[in-house]
Amino acid sequence: MLNKTGIPTKSQTLSRFPQENILIKPKAVIECFEDIPCNPCETACPFGAITIGPNINIQPQLDFDKCTGCTLCVSSCPGLAIFVVQIKGDQALFKIPYEFLPKPQKGEIWDGVNRKGEVICDALIEGVRETNKMDHTAIVTARVPKEFLHDFITVRERK
Amino acid sequence: MRTVELVIVGGGPAGLCAAKLALEAGLEVVIIDRADKLGGQLIKQTHKFFGSKAQYAKMRGIDIAKLLINEIENHQNLEIFTSTTVVGLYPDLVLTIYDQKKYQKIKAKRVIIATGASEKVLAFENSDLPGIYGAGAVQTLMNLYGVLPGKEVLMVGSGNIGLIVTYQLLQAGVKVKAILEAGSTIGGYKVHAAKIRRLGIPIITNTTVSKALGTSKIEAVEIVKLDENWNKISGSEEIIKTDALCLSVGLSPLHQLLSMVGAQVKYISELGGFVARVNDNFESTVKGVYVAGDAVGIEEASAAMMEGYLSGLHVADSLNKPHPEQENLLKYYQDELELLRKGPFGLKTKIGIEKLKVGESNA
Repeated sequence: MLNKTGIPTKSQTLSRFPQENILIKPKAVIECFEDIPCNPCETACPFGAITIGPNINIQPQLDFDKCTGCTLCVSSCPGLAIFVVQIKGDQALFKIPYEFLPKPQKGEIWDGVNRKGEVICDALIEGVRETNKMDHTAIVTARVPKEFLHDFITVRERK
Repeated sequence: MRTVELVIVGGGPAGLCAAKLALEAGLEVVIIDRADKLGGQLIKQTHKFFGSKAQYAKMRGIDIAKLLINEIENHQNLEIFTSTTVVGLYPDLVLTIYDQKKYQKIKAKRVIIATGASEKVLAFENSDLPGIYGAGAVQTLMNLYGVLPGKEVLMVGSGNIGLIVTYQLLQAGVKVKAILEAGSTIGGYKVHAAKIRRLGIPIITNTTVSKALGTSKIEAVEIVKLDENWNKISGSEEIIKTDALCLSVGLSPLHQLLSMVGAQVKYISELGGFVARVNDNFESTVKGVYVAGDAVGIEEASAAMMEGYLSGLHVADSLNKPHPEQENLLKYYQDELELLRKGPFGLKTKIGIEKLKVGESNA
């Protein structure tokens, strides 16, 4: 399905999430499902939580114990395939890469979008971070209802 | 006629990297590029690159171009000819060049052909209507000149270029109606496909464009389903309104100077078309003429850079001026190149290189 439509299957998606109790703290989720020659996520991680190894075609393995949810890998991934997520009560707090204008502003409500590009929920923008080191890949913090934990992937300006 | 140690034809990723190591080895280098500035296709690439540190991974292509150009442009042993076309290459390593004012001749001790590739096109009814572009032209208009190719675009081809240009069109505010793919699966990296699909752009496989509709410019496109043998399925035609069509259906190596100089070239579909036969040192069958980058087989720019570095090292060595770090760098870049080809996307290249080695067929 992914190689026909660009949409990962539910089981592919779930395979990259940790157990929900681990998401009390923010953790990266790496949706890299193909052996491509690429390793910036591994070199960006200051905690050694991401392993690819000498053969850079291997898909990254994430050690959730070592991951602090710092988001350095999020803006390093050329495929925009990494986000950080944390469960807070009945909400899920996502930190996602974003490379479009206009950028969302704190306090706005944008559309929450799934991996097919469909609008599924409200996304409350809690912040937008952009530093020189992130090189124009901003990180948007968006809060969505926890039931969309495995479906939400990005935000879209509400028209 | 002046003689220089190394003339590099093409100032894209392969040519720039070749120049860097050749200059470090102490060679006198001339780079000739027909564009008005160096950088080749890198200067249109606004996305972050894949690969590892050796290929400047996670830098954007435009910034890699700046970095590579900065490293060499003020070197005292380098001369750069931009807006200049190499119109002839002869077996005695004389190049004739044309800078839009006058012809000149330069003699080289070594030549590296780093001419890159040209885009393939697709034949269909009305394919010459205004509003039908190659992906490279769309990138040039949009990313160099800030001109939108249209308000709505239908993309043909889901290789990495089709996927990346779709993303760039969306960033520029253009509506992309869909990406058509004639094959049964997406050609490029799935991370690129996923980041486009989540923006709501459908990717439609087993489908191609059968004709363009419109009088003075493109107004709509007829698309058609293809069976597994790429035959059109009649009755499956559908009309999609669009004011631009972007073709991203592959690249062909620019081998013409190599054919002209009499180098053996061979048609290798896995490498994108006619390519020169080269030995392990990137030297063609014409002594002193080397080839690097897409000109010797279509790959990502990351591989072109590695081949550029390697060809620069081999040329330096052949002139008895090895780089101070010759052996270490050869091993380093050779290993990096092999790593880039180690995954499933490198398989095609590896098959192509094997085919290039066998047989004597000439073209």
